[in-house]
Amino acid sequence: MTDTLLEIENLRVAYPSAHGYTDALRGISFSVGRERLGIVGESGSGKSTAGRAAMRLLPPKARVSADRLQLQEIDLLAASERQMREIRGGRLAMVLQDPRYALNPMKTVMAQITESCRLHTKCSRAEARDQALDMLEAVHIRDPRRVARLYPHELSGGMGQRVMIAMMLIAKPQLVIADEPTSALDVTVRGQILDILNERVEAEGAGLILISHDLPLVADFCDRVLVMYGGQIMEELAARDLSAARHPYTVALNESLPPLDRKVAELTVPEHDPKWLEQRR
Amino acid sequence: MTPAVEIRDLTITFGQGRARVKAVDSASFRAAPGEAFGIIGESGSGKSTILRAITGLNDDYTGDVLIDGQQAQKPRTKAFFKTVQMVFQDPYGSLHPRRMIRATLAEPLEIHRFDRKDDRIAQVLNDVGLAPEFAYRYPHQLSGGQRQRVAVARALLLEPRILLLDEPTSALDVSVQAGVLNLLDRLRRDRGLTYVMVSHDLRVIAHMCSRVAVMTQGRIVEELSADALRDQRAETEYTQQLIRASRGTAHA
Amino acid sequence: MTDLPGSPPQSTLRGWLEAPGATSPGQARAQAAWRSWQRLVANKAALAGLIVLLALIFLAVFGPALTPYDPMAQNLSERLLPPSGAHPFGTDDLGRDIMTRILYGARITLMMAALVAVIAGPIGLIVGATAGYLGGWTDIVAMRVVDIFLSFPSLILALAFVAALGPGIENAVIAIALSAWPPIARLARAEALTVRKSDYIAAARIQGASRFRLILRHVMPVCLPSVVIRITLNMAGIILTAAGLGFLGLGAQPPSPEWGAMLASGRQFMLTSWWLAAIPGAAIMVVSLAFNLLGDGLRDVLDPRDD
Repeated sequence: MTDTLLEIENLRVAYPSAHGYTDALRGISFSVGRERLGIVGESGSGKSTAGRAAMRLLPPKARVSADRLQLQEIDLLAASERQMREIRGGRLAMVLQDPRYALNPMKTVMAQITESCRLHTKCSRAEARDQALDMLEAVHIRDPRRVARLYPHELSGGMGQRVMIAMMLIAKPQLVIADEPTSALDVTVRGQILDILNERVEAEGAGLILISHDLPLVADFCDRVLVMYGGQIMEELAARDLSAARHPYTVALNESLPPLDRKVAELTVPEHDPKWLEQRR
Repeated sequence: MTPAVEIRDLTITFGQGRARVKAVDSASFRAAPGEAFGIIGESGSGKSTILRAITGLNDDYTGDVLIDGQQAQKPRTKAFFKTVQMVFQDPYGSLHPRRMIRATLAEPLEIHRFDRKDDRIAQVLNDVGLAPEFAYRYPHQLSGGQRQRVAVARALLLEPRILLLDEPTSALDVSVQAGVLNLLDRLRRDRGLTYVMVSHDLRVIAHMCSRVAVMTQGRIVEELSADALRDQRAETEYTQQLIRASRGTAHA
Repeated sequence: MTDLPGSPPQSTLRGWLEAPGATSPGQARAQAAWRSWQRLVANKAALAGLIVLLALIFLAVFGPALTPYDPMAQNLSERLLPPSGAHPFGTDDLGRDIMTRILYGARITLMMAALVAVIAGPIGLIVGATAGYLGGWTDIVAMRVVDIFLSFPSLILALAFVAALGPGIENAVIAIALSAWPPIARLARAEALTVRKSDYIAAARIQGASRFRLILRHVMPVCLPSVVIRITLNMAGIILTAAGLGFLGLGAQPPSPEWGAMLASGRQFMLTSWWLAAIPGAAIMVVSLAFNLLGDGLRDVLDPRDD
């Protein structure tokens, strides 16, 4: 991770609620280079908000502030909506949880991928088609010509997620944000999808942020991990050290997971402790 | 000993003509009284379909469903539901959105003409670790874990001996899941309940159950003990693959 | 390990209504009603509609006390007088005070609206929820009947019923109710179809609930909000249909001060004495608009899904 792709400093997000504003992110700072960065946390921890804030995809009613939100030379905070449209899908791509909802049900696979390609690179229709077929092959779809003619509802979950990866990566983005890309998939296909994602990201020399609630998966897949809780980053550590984390929240999360290698009489239920928020590392 | 739940050659088909598919293909298993029996499989494997057939929510099946050695009647009788109850996967969908928790919990008591309704509701809420005031909430005022506890409470009100659990924690965070799993485990031991639990999560199944059936494409391909599962002593290729994927060693 | 509800209840009424956790069924219901009320108040247009309708009810109840005139008494020496201090809305061709007649007419309009809602609402809800939940032959038969009713414009259908039953305000109400329930049934059926497969219905079945209980206690409460919204929005159409029947001479009969009939009899004087037609016309418009605005607002109030 020599050069920094995305740099975030003191990012705060709040949503309007019945009694003033409710904080979703309380000042988080991190940077990501050409590496696999994992962001783990439970629902409501703010992990998805962080990803969406970087894409500037939060709803207009959200109150966003940051000291710095920089994608290489571009100041994302100052970028116009028009510039953002070029950046999204062009330099920054996002892979979402469920391809059934993220793909347009009325368009064929081919139409969606070529559209994404032509929006961000100045290529002809024929070039876009060729690139799309190459891309489908690159995500290990055996018969790209057949699959290209299908509609999203005709795809299985794993196949849909490959198509989404193809669509998101065809414009050769510098940074891919994957928000729970495998949570809607069966266990036995999760590994394949992550391998494909990793392969593509490495081939393009891009960075990857993997947002997930699944600690073992992130520990296994990423280089570096941020643990989030209550809209803050609790700790940052190397992924291989995740099972030996020392922050009480991470420890509690690890312990609450039913172990696969031994029998335990009772699981440890994390008692949420307000002090966690002060023990940031 | 007579099994509490036994299914024999259970076959369920959906659709007609060329679109006809066997969702469950001659599945058989037995769960002894007081045992936690698990069924693991991926989406579309037919595991939840088996539970719906046992409860009679779908009684369009062939084969046998035996409760305490007795053939379950079609359609199921009211008495059947005092023996067999079920907890659904999605706590956001299984509680009526417009009814107060108290109304949801009072319903089985009204149908089966139980007395002391308020006492029983307060007691069962206590049993699942909720304060009595939760009776006066609406579902949207509760968290996912609290809703699932209410769903468990509802299933317990009729004092059944058999509980069918359809992915009871898959919609919950792990820290919340731990609490619900502990609750279910304690209830089974304290009350001598028999569980048939369905899940896609090997960790959950291995933790909760003593014996596990592995399902794929409508068939039970293997039945093994939880110890064998933990020690990775599976016989079929599919089960081995499932274990590898769950342990997170499926890729580099 | 017990989850505790939030802070203890406060002593003021507002505190009691906004306390994070209710401690009795009554408080829980009051809190739910209070949240609905706050959502309604937040929608200014709906609030305006509600105020107009409350004013209409007030005038219908106390109207006779607010005017010195008799709605039926003719006074040919004062015919076709333009609006003035003595007659704020002028007088008609028989010298009757138009404001007095509008006030008395409000009773008729409200009575008709209420009667139609009471007849068409339950029929539509019961037919729709039952057909949607049971499915199969019940559904097919019920929906074909609905289709037949829907294939006629409601005014034409009402005309046919009135022609068969004879003119008069009671028959007009029956005719309008008979033409108003089918769209409501179809709406209720659509809602019932979406809930019949839901887990909470399955859960209730596993408690041993009968079909009757499922439809009455589980399916109907889900269909009810959209039915109420629909009826409120339809109310404008119902008032217009009633006015139309009155206008055609098939609803309320002269000398009844029904707004539609007043509009019809004022038509021939429209060029010389505009107030005869314009005043009842404006009354119909204001009430229809109020119902529409309120119906729109009820959508926000009764749909607490995104709470």
